[in-house]
Amino acid sequence: MASYIGTATSRVDGRAKVTGEAKYAGEFNVPGLVHGYVVDSTIPKGRIARIDTSGALGMAGVIDVLTHQNRPQMPDKDAAYKDEVAPENGSPYRPLYDDRILFTGQPVALVLAEDWETARVAASQVKIEYEKEPHVTDLQAERSRAFTVDAPEKPRGDAEQAFASAPVRHAAEYSIPTEHHNPMELFASTAIWEDGRLTVYDKTQGVQNVQKYLCGVFKMKPDEVRVMSPYMGGGFGAGLRPQYQVMLAVLGACALKRPVRVMLTRAQMYALGYRPASIERLALGANEGGTLESMQHEAIAVTSQFEEFARNDTGWGNLLYKSPNAKFSHKLVKLDLPTSCDMRAPGAATGVYALECAMDELAIALKTDPVQLRLQCYSDRHQGEDLPYTSKQLRECYRQGAAEFGWEKRNPEPRSMRDGSELVGWGMASGVWEALQMPATVRIVLTANGHAEVATAASDIGTGTYTIMAQVAADMLGLPIDNISVKLGDSTLPQCPLEGGSWIASSVCNAIANTARAVRGDLLELAKQAKDSPFAGVGVDDVGLVDGKIVSKRDASCAMPIASAMLSGKAERITREETNNVAEDKSHARNVHSAIFAEVKVDEELGVIRVTRVVKAVAAGRILNPKTAHSQVMGGVVWGIGMALHEETLYDHRFGRVMNANIAEYHVPVNADIHDIKVIFVDEPDAIVNPLGIKGLGEIGIVGVAAAIANAVYHATGKRVRDLPITLDKVIQFN
Amino acid sequence: MIPFQYTRANDVADAIKQIATDPSAKFIAGGTNLIDLIKYDVAAPTRLIDISRLPLRNVEETATGGVLIGALVPNTDLAYHPVIEQRYPLLSRSILAGASQQLRNMASTGGNLVQRTRCFYFYDVATPCNKREPGSGCSAIDGINRINAILGTSDSCIATHPSDMCVALAVLEAIVHVVGPAGARNIAFADFHRLPGNTPQRDTNLEPDEIITAIELPPKGFSANYSYLKIRDRLSYAFALVSVAAALELEGDTIKEARLALGGVAHKPWRSSAAEAALLGQRADRAAFTKAADWLLHGAKGYGHNDFKIGLARRAIIRTLSQAARGTPQSISDKKIR
Amino acid sequence: MTHSGTAAPTGRVATMPEKISVTLSVNRKPVRLLVAPWTTLLDALRDHLDLTGTKKGCDHGQCGACTVLVEGRRINSCLTLAVMQEGAEITTIEGLARDGELHPLQQAFIDHDAFQCGYCTSGQICSAAGLIAEGRAKTAAEIRELMSGNICRCGAYPNIVAAIQQAMERS
Ligand SMILES: Cc1cc2nc3c(=O)[nH]c(=O)nc-3n(C[C@H](O)[C@H](O)[C@H](O)COP(=O)(O)OP(=O)(O)OC[C@H]3O[C@@H](n4cnc5c(N)ncnc54)[C@H](O)[C@@H]3O)c2cc1C
Ligand code: SF4
Ligand code: FES
Ligand code: FES
Repeated sequence: MASYIGTATSRVDGRAKVTGEAKYAGEFNVPGLVHGYVVDSTIPKGRIARIDTSGALGMAGVIDVLTHQNRPQMPDKDAAYKDEVAPENGSPYRPLYDDRILFTGQPVALVLAEDWETARVAASQVKIEYEKEPHVTDLQAERSRAFTVDAPEKPRGDAEQAFASAPVRHAAEYSIPTEHHNPMELFASTAIWEDGRLTVYDKTQGVQNVQKYLCGVFKMKPDEVRVMSPYMGGGFGAGLRPQYQVMLAVLGACALKRPVRVMLTRAQMYALGYRPASIERLALGANEGGTLESMQHEAIAVTSQFEEFARNDTGWGNLLYKSPNAKFSHKLVKLDLPTSCDMRAPGAATGVYALECAMDELAIALKTDPVQLRLQCYSDRHQGEDLPYTSKQLRECYRQGAAEFGWEKRNPEPRSMRDGSELVGWGMASGVWEALQMPATVRIVLTANGHAEVATAASDIGTGTYTIMAQVAADMLGLPIDNISVKLGDSTLPQCPLEGGSWIASSVCNAIANTARAVRGDLLELAKQAKDSPFAGVGVDDVGLVDGKIVSKRDASCAMPIASAMLSGKAERITREETNNVAEDKSHARNVHSAIFAEVKVDEELGVIRVTRVVKAVAAGRILNPKTAHSQVMGGVVWGIGMALHEETLYDHRFGRVMNANIAEYHVPVNADIHDIKVIFVDEPDAIVNPLGIKGLGEIGIVGVAAAIANAVYHATGKRVRDLPITLDKVIQFN
Repeated sequence: MIPFQYTRANDVADAIKQIATDPSAKFIAGGTNLIDLIKYDVAAPTRLIDISRLPLRNVEETATGGVLIGALVPNTDLAYHPVIEQRYPLLSRSILAGASQQLRNMASTGGNLVQRTRCFYFYDVATPCNKREPGSGCSAIDGINRINAILGTSDSCIATHPSDMCVALAVLEAIVHVVGPAGARNIAFADFHRLPGNTPQRDTNLEPDEIITAIELPPKGFSANYSYLKIRDRLSYAFALVSVAAALELEGDTIKEARLALGGVAHKPWRSSAAEAALLGQRADRAAFTKAADWLLHGAKGYGHNDFKIGLARRAIIRTLSQAARGTPQSISDKKIR
Repeated sequence: MTHSGTAAPTGRVATMPEKISVTLSVNRKPVRLLVAPWTTLLDALRDHLDLTGTKKGCDHGQCGACTVLVEGRRINSCLTLAVMQEGAEITTIEGLARDGELHPLQQAFIDHDAFQCGYCTSGQICSAAGLIAEGRAKTAAEIRELMSGNICRCGAYPNIVAAIQQAMERS
């Protein structure tokens, strides 16, 4: 039997998704369902002076309107609201808690009605008067108020001095606007109240995080709250923390003792988390030989007034390049906005963008090919920790990516390549992310008919978790993949971390391996009970499970069908739960790497930019499923294109409001924007990172893409745009 | 959103009668603009009169050599109609440059003319906007105005009309057929949309109790030398930053007739007789096109974020005229601008 | 300072309008519904008929997740009222497979991994069915343009195009 691991495998949940059978959080239509509609704040800061719900309450079909004045009891301690990913410093936002307005779009009332149509019209009849207070929402205007958070990486040498004396220098400021995740599915929760117990269908990347959060807020026991998320219509980080609609749905269900659904509008989702706008200052100093003498990276990013969310934007250079002198700092500015949050490759998408543009500019200053410069500065050790990598095939990424792209045909001169009316630009960049594991527990139930159920409380947010779990389990249990059923997205299943940070594949699959080994041990014991068992004296690691049989590794003729083994031990099923071994090994750095090559074509007169080709070569350890892995990385590249050219949340700071809080004017790429994307997986065996050699792929896809495009736009046009997105008016001075 | 009643109109006369009795009623055709606005609380009709079933779905050639398009012909059907594709390809292309195929399948010819601006503040009821709430102020003038107008603006409003189709209709000098309580009348396309002045709440000269029944295209279709070029922030499914419809009649190299209109820059498709006159009798070359662009943009004024539109429009006009002169109109699917 | 930030024009709500009875044909089956005048076709499908395969991604015509076929043509079901569709033949994602056999587009989407989270997928597939029926797209560039009304935030576009090409070849 061929191995499923490493073989392109169609999604096991594909049929459910293409037929519309897959049900998402807002789609559980239980009898007696009450529909909630959120009324949100129109001002960014102040308090609610008056709230008049009589108009709404007077409408037929309206059951209740919850506000801070009449909501059920809520705890008053911050601790009750802290979820797993809540920033250490600060007080999590509490929906409908009091009259304070902390940000535009904050929920101020929840209309509960017999149907959605009534709830919606009733919501417009809730009258609210505010007392406004002065607000601030502009990062650039407030940057002088920035304060430093924990230094991400220790300084080395004297970076400032080394920069000052470096013969070749580049220093510049780059900026990235606020971006919103905009998953396709609207945030929704359905809370079903039944005999004092709650079942909550939630759009979340972590059912157990939400479960614990709800238990904390509503003072319920763990076995009284079950959170489910069998399918999730995209998260990208927006679903890591419990979002306010889940709390409101449960609040409504508790108040009415009825099932309640709350679905947000697209506009309301702009008051959830976001990728914080950031200003990134890079200063690179090189010697004439083209290696770095000094590397400085400072970032200033946005958080709310009430929580300090910070991700490391600035340490990435330590992973990529040697520099004897280095200095990093990360600062925050508090604004009257919701708390920022993780969004695909948090810290790296932004930080590496700035770093890799700066490296391009340095290469130009050095008159060196940008790939060559990266190779000259290449580091085989994590510079900050001075550790070797478990594996790092980044050189190979550069080589294979460049070859596939045809990089050697590049004329380094800007504006030197064209295709009729268009200037052609070729740019490149590096990408890097972490290869982490978190503790996860997997349960396997093997039945005598050769079927197995594999379960853990993970979420599949489109990443393909269902499928890789089935593949790994099928291989480890020696069963056809069709005999494996995967269960996830249910808080009652064995413990699993949040789906984020690209750690699910490594954590869950290594846990499957451990659990499968335990199952194998049980099977072996059962097999030994057979009359004249050939397995007498054989150890668990001397046998494998192949083609539905337990087989000795030494002697393939020594085999017994699973069914026979179980029969001989009179067992109908074997149930085992094991956890992955999360390495305490601190002797290696664990990272994934990539090289990105991009071609843009820019209309010389009009500045219209088309990204015509992207090659992304990724070294990410073992690739479990080339098919879904390809999609992951390709999707990341599409995100990178959006980040480079389109995405920007536009605030009117006078009103403290997002003015493009929709998906028509917040531009993300559409089909016509996406051309040729080639993904290469560079072979990278890694026996150290974890037993299966898996590194994860969710984040690496986007990292570096925007830089490669920005560098290509420079190469095409000779114009360096450092503030994203690169719109046509930034490329061409029109007036 | 506020609740509304729904009724269906049996025929044009019934539609007019119904709307006359209820000043806060509105017609609904494709619904793609009106339902959008109702959901955002920007429009608040207490009754919708469904005109989508009225028998106004024909595209027919007229005795005088033109074409009469029923007000309810869906945008897609119009764009793909053989007569339009052959005789008025500029109209086809402009329609296909707008929205998405799903929306074009729904949107009606009449509705497209009456669709409202996409100005961010018009859509956000928490901000002042003279067009939505006369007298409340214009937030866009000192606000986020990348998508706003550079021509024909007023101190009250700098909104643009978002339609692509209308830019071509302006060039084709279409005639809008309307019927109201006082009977039928025709409105020249140039007189259909208004400038904001100090009544930005009024987009058009259509009376609230009038219904559009048809759009008439005069015989001239400029099918040999035309182009529609739309510049936007992504390559499809986005409104125009600037769009240009150009139509030429050439004799050899010499321009016998020229029509030119801009979209995305004003409260209506923007034409200038001086610009078109400047092209007459000229050789179809860059010099002539540049002069025309200067005329067409005469008096253009930026408001900060949209300053670039002036220069962008100038270059886009020249480019579109060259495409038209060469007989190589801008393709819809090939995004390269040749 | 007091700022009045009510969401809607005030004081205009008369008595709640009566619900209206609508007859539709959904996936070849006649259905009768009693809906508010402002119930969209999308909400009628999802909430009233429990056909949740059709998705709501924006409710404003901006994403394409709600695409269904009405009389064989693709439309955004969020921007039409159920009452306006009286008598119409509506096909949703649930109506594409016949007798348990997937529609060629559905199979092609699986074969080419043309989705990740799956939330845009129903809309993509219905839209692609409309596209094929229109017969206007031949090249990849034409497919891309005419599928641009369906946003896929997961970024599956190249695979979506490949899937549609496969289905076109086989039909
Ligand atoms: C996301 C999105 C993107 C879009 N992109 C573009 C684009 O790029 N380019 C573009 O041009 N358009 C675009 N549109 C707009 C679209 O073209 C219009 O919404 C559509 O043309 C309106 O036609 P309708 O029949 O749906 O109008 P409806 O919504 O039915 O009506 C609009 C208005 O017209 C009135 N009306 C309708 N018919 C008549 C009539 N016969 N007589 C009198 N009054 C009438 C109605 O009362 C209403 O006030 C986009 C729309 C959306 C939602
Ligand atoms: S430009 Fe016009 S539509 Fe926009 S805010 Fe000003 S008045 Fe309103
Ligand atoms: S939900 Fe209809 S287009 Fe987005
Ligand atoms: S598959 Fe997730 S949005 Fe398309």
